[in-house]
Amino acid sequence: MQEVMPATGVFSLLWLLIALPLAGAAILLFSGRKTNKWGPYLGVFTVFVDAIIAIWMLIAMMGNSAEQRTFSQNEFSWMFAGNLKVDMAFQLDQLSMVFVLLITVVGTLIHIYSLGYMSHDPDKRKFFGYLNLFVAAMLLLVLANNYLLLYVGWEGVGLASFLLISFWQIKPTAAAAGKKAFIINRVGDVGLSLAIMVMFVTFGSVGFDEVFGSTSQASEGTLTAIGLLLLLAAAGKSAQFPLQAWLLDAMEGPTPVSALIHAATMVTAGVYLITRSNAIFDAAAWAATAVVVVGVITMFMGAIIGSAKDDIKKSLAGSTMSQIGYMVLAAGLGPVGYVFAIFHLLTHGVFKAGLFLGAGSVMHGMNDNVNMRRYGALRTAMMVTYATFIIGTLSIMGIPPFSGFWSKDSIIHAAFESNTLVGILTIIAAAITGFYMTRMAAMTFFGKARWEDGVHPHESPKVMTIPLIILAIGSTFMGIALLFWGNIETWLEPVTGFEEKHIAIPEWALITITLILVLAGAAYGWIQYARREVPLVAPRGNWLTRAARQDLYGDAVNNTLVVQPSFWLSRFLVWFDGSWIDGFVNGSAAFFGGLSARLRPYQSGFIRSYALSMVGGAVLVVLALVLVRLS
Amino acid sequence: MNAVATVVHAVDVTPWEMPTLDYRLLAPVLIVLGAGVVSVLFEAFLPRGVRRPVQLTLVFVTLIAALVAVINLNGVRETAGQGALAIDGPGLILQGAVVVIAILGALLMAERGLDPNGDAFAARASSLPGSEDERQFTARGYFQTEIWAFFLFAVGGMMLFPIANDLLMMFVALEVMSLPLYLLAGMARRRRLLSQEAALKYFVLGAFASAFFLYGAALLYGFSGSISFGEIAASLGSKTGETALILIAIGLVVAGVLFKIGAAPFHQWVPDVYQGAPTPVTGFMAAAVKIAAFGALLRLLYVALGGMRWDWTPMLWVISILTMFVGAILALTQSDIKRMIAYSSIAQAGFILLGVVAVSAKGLEGAIFYLIAYAFTTIGVFAIISMVRDENGEATHLSKWAGLGRQSPVIATLFTIFMLALTGIPLTSGFIGKFAVFSAAYASGDKWLVIAAVVASLIAAFFYMRVVVLMFFTEPNEETAIVAIPSIFTTIALAAAATVTVLLGVVPQPLLDLIANAGVFIR
Repeated sequence: MQEVMPATGVFSLLWLLIALPLAGAAILLFSGRKTNKWGPYLGVFTVFVDAIIAIWMLIAMMGNSAEQRTFSQNEFSWMFAGNLKVDMAFQLDQLSMVFVLLITVVGTLIHIYSLGYMSHDPDKRKFFGYLNLFVAAMLLLVLANNYLLLYVGWEGVGLASFLLISFWQIKPTAAAAGKKAFIINRVGDVGLSLAIMVMFVTFGSVGFDEVFGSTSQASEGTLTAIGLLLLLAAAGKSAQFPLQAWLLDAMEGPTPVSALIHAATMVTAGVYLITRSNAIFDAAAWAATAVVVVGVITMFMGAIIGSAKDDIKKSLAGSTMSQIGYMVLAAGLGPVGYVFAIFHLLTHGVFKAGLFLGAGSVMHGMNDNVNMRRYGALRTAMMVTYATFIIGTLSIMGIPPFSGFWSKDSIIHAAFESNTLVGILTIIAAAITGFYMTRMAAMTFFGKARWEDGVHPHESPKVMTIPLIILAIGSTFMGIALLFWGNIETWLEPVTGFEEKHIAIPEWALITITLILVLAGAAYGWIQYARREVPLVAPRGNWLTRAARQDLYGDAVNNTLVVQPSFWLSRFLVWFDGSWIDGFVNGSAAFFGGLSARLRPYQSGFIRSYALSMVGGAVLVVLALVLVRLS
Repeated sequence: MNAVATVVHAVDVTPWEMPTLDYRLLAPVLIVLGAGVVSVLFEAFLPRGVRRPVQLTLVFVTLIAALVAVINLNGVRETAGQGALAIDGPGLILQGAVVVIAILGALLMAERGLDPNGDAFAARASSLPGSEDERQFTARGYFQTEIWAFFLFAVGGMMLFPIANDLLMMFVALEVMSLPLYLLAGMARRRRLLSQEAALKYFVLGAFASAFFLYGAALLYGFSGSISFGEIAASLGSKTGETALILIAIGLVVAGVLFKIGAAPFHQWVPDVYQGAPTPVTGFMAAAVKIAAFGALLRLLYVALGGMRWDWTPMLWVISILTMFVGAILALTQSDIKRMIAYSSIAQAGFILLGVVAVSAKGLEGAIFYLIAYAFTTIGVFAIISMVRDENGEATHLSKWAGLGRQSPVIATLFTIFMLALTGIPLTSGFIGKFAVFSAAYASGDKWLVIAAVVASLIAAFFYMRVVVLMFFTEPNEETAIVAIPSIFTTIALAAAATVTVLLGVVPQPLLDLIANAGVFIR
């Protein structure tokens, strides 16, 4: 059993983790042009200090025994209404700790990278303000000790995501993408808010401890309902089926945003939510199964979309969907999978951030062109970007000893532990990963140069390449470090639980089969896109490619099922509002206005008539009294 | 006949004894009234040049001392002055509120930075409007500092009004409060004829209302043989018969006080006086008289006439509904902002009456909270009205407010906050106040009254929001007024009013707790 420790020592700074970037955001967003010059550096500074505090906290936490690694800090009583009592209270345990580290460390690197990437943007200060706002909200999300406070962070990251996707709102596509992300996320948010309400009704509290401690009192039906609602929330935030459509459009935002929010941190909030709520899913088998199904579907959808897109960022976005699908399905497997979901989340956060930043670096050198059909042969032009991108590619494909191998292999193993079919599916998806990542690397860095006229690719400045190098180092060694030195299973076990089951296939055989399939996929990609000529205009392709280019018709489905009916409904409401509601309002306004005009003459200004009215009033008062007495 | 006999008998047997006075309990009122006397002496003997700084120092020191004296009495619950005064929780809170509002009102009255000719008061009230004398006095830069003596006496009366515990003391307080206000209302620097007309109307009608009160008080005395609220309540409970006498007495006494709160149909002086009086005086009067008069009305009804509640609540129902609707509906077609706010204050009086009609501890608390919230908002409203000007002084015609939001976004935003508070929108004090009185009335079973009040609030929302729309969604034109930059006085008052309006909307609990802990009226 976990013992809850008071937040003393360095842990008394828990509130500061959130307050620092929040203050940064406030200063940057409200201070006006005067801070243009040093504002971005302030934005970097707050997150950097956060990262140092986080590392310090990690060291302090490792000094404690495994049962004494939960720290809680109660700031003040936040809400107090009837039976509902919610504190502004933070809780740092092993699970939150790894998230805090991911957010602050990767966040710092991306902030630094943005100094270079956004250096020519006139609204740089605003950009860093939004980034700080995002970091603050994301930290609130993972540090909250109750669902309601988590919800505040959840909405906060949604807002920051919206603001950053549509950061270049002059582009209609960016503005539309921001709105799309926001609206689809609302669907998930409704799920979360309903889940919180059901929890309050069932358990009388929304605190983590209270809810998880009393799951045995609730019926399985209730728990399943809560679990499914939480899954809906997670699907919205993590771009899982059926709420996946926004993530591809979200690539309209600046690339650092895609790296920080839409690859490393925010989109993994759904995985955090499911893992955090493990007590609920452990007691609701149907909900857990639904989680696995959603994860598997998204894993394939993302991989297929990633294989067909020519836009480098959208291809990466498809890959993100697919990898989060892995995490979600792992989280759905229960105690065999939670820790590996988080493990993969961490390694993915690092290598995917590196890949996105690498893509940004390529775009930086290619006049912001994202079409991979106009890339090619860039390995000589941008050495650092090339090297780091390849490391990221090997990592995501799951080639040993890169970090992705360890985490993905763990998930595949866990999948076989609980269900052979799911296990086989994860291996197939891994093979597709091999294909699309090789395709991306080949189209970008190998083959012949297919550059547009006037493009002179060049390496990015140091401020951008150094974060790439650091992330590449992480992509290489983090898996080994976390697994063998960090003991990720035993680290997370007190929070999420962990068990290992024996499977029929020996470990080495599973790894070998997986690797062969991945390499086969990679080889096919290499032959297709490095050996052969890549046409400048995409060929028609088979039906699957065409469907994948249309995001597997996600928009069409949304349009038919949701958008069109909404239009009809809103047309009806506009008509109803115009003819009935407005009619009533305008009619009553006219009535009272007319009444007012008619009463005005009695305010004549003559003192005698005022006095008369007072006498009348006195008579009225006395009469009223008498009437009451008589009646 | 019976009653008269009792009176004669009582006079026969009561021997004269020296009244004992507990000066600690009387300190707040005595400080203010004493300072009023000192102020008159200053006016008589000090050279003209030093009067203003001395008077201002006197006023602010006095008010702060009075506030300290009120706070010092925290927790006291007894009668003083042979039962003529009741020092209890609600009384002290109302007294404290009067003093704080008086401080803000004094800040508005002390302002000299807005009008190029000086303050809001006539250079010499005795000079004929438009005469050569007037021009001379203005040109020489004469000012009247006598206003501060009037002001202090008015504040003293207001502090006495809600703690008056017998009919005679209540009448005296009423007059001490009112007479200086009649004078202050007639002293505007600009549009003096309008101001003097307003003062005369206020005086004549006020005297008329006082006559009602006095006649009713005489009848009550005749019925019960005592002027003390406690004994009146006792005799209302024990005596039967003489129904007509007692009903007429209650009607007249209540009518006298209803006049002061501006309830319909005793409301007609309100627009004229609010419009004519100097704006700082209007602000002070609108805020502080409401507190004092409602305090007196509550004590009169709850303590003296509590036993007759089944008789007077239906009557107050009618008055309340009439007041809300007359105020809200007539405000719709006003084109002068001061008149509009005057009608709004009538409507607000109707809402506060809901707390009175509830006849419960909750109703009392709600009414007190509403009064305090409303008073701060009102001070802020009139502070801004005094700042919006054109070359003829204050630009009170609504057309001049068009597009003000473009030219002075801060002031327009503050005014919007006040309008939202008066409408009763959440996160402002007005919402909490409305909620408190409405829920109190609902809990007492006055469902239909609450529904009527909600409808009246809806109507009222229209004209409050109209100003906001006018300020923010209309293009400025050459008619648009400009916002004069005030000195520190008005700035402090405005900042305090806005802060309290928002603060009471966001964290109302401390004040609600304070009022709830104050308990009910002492009997």
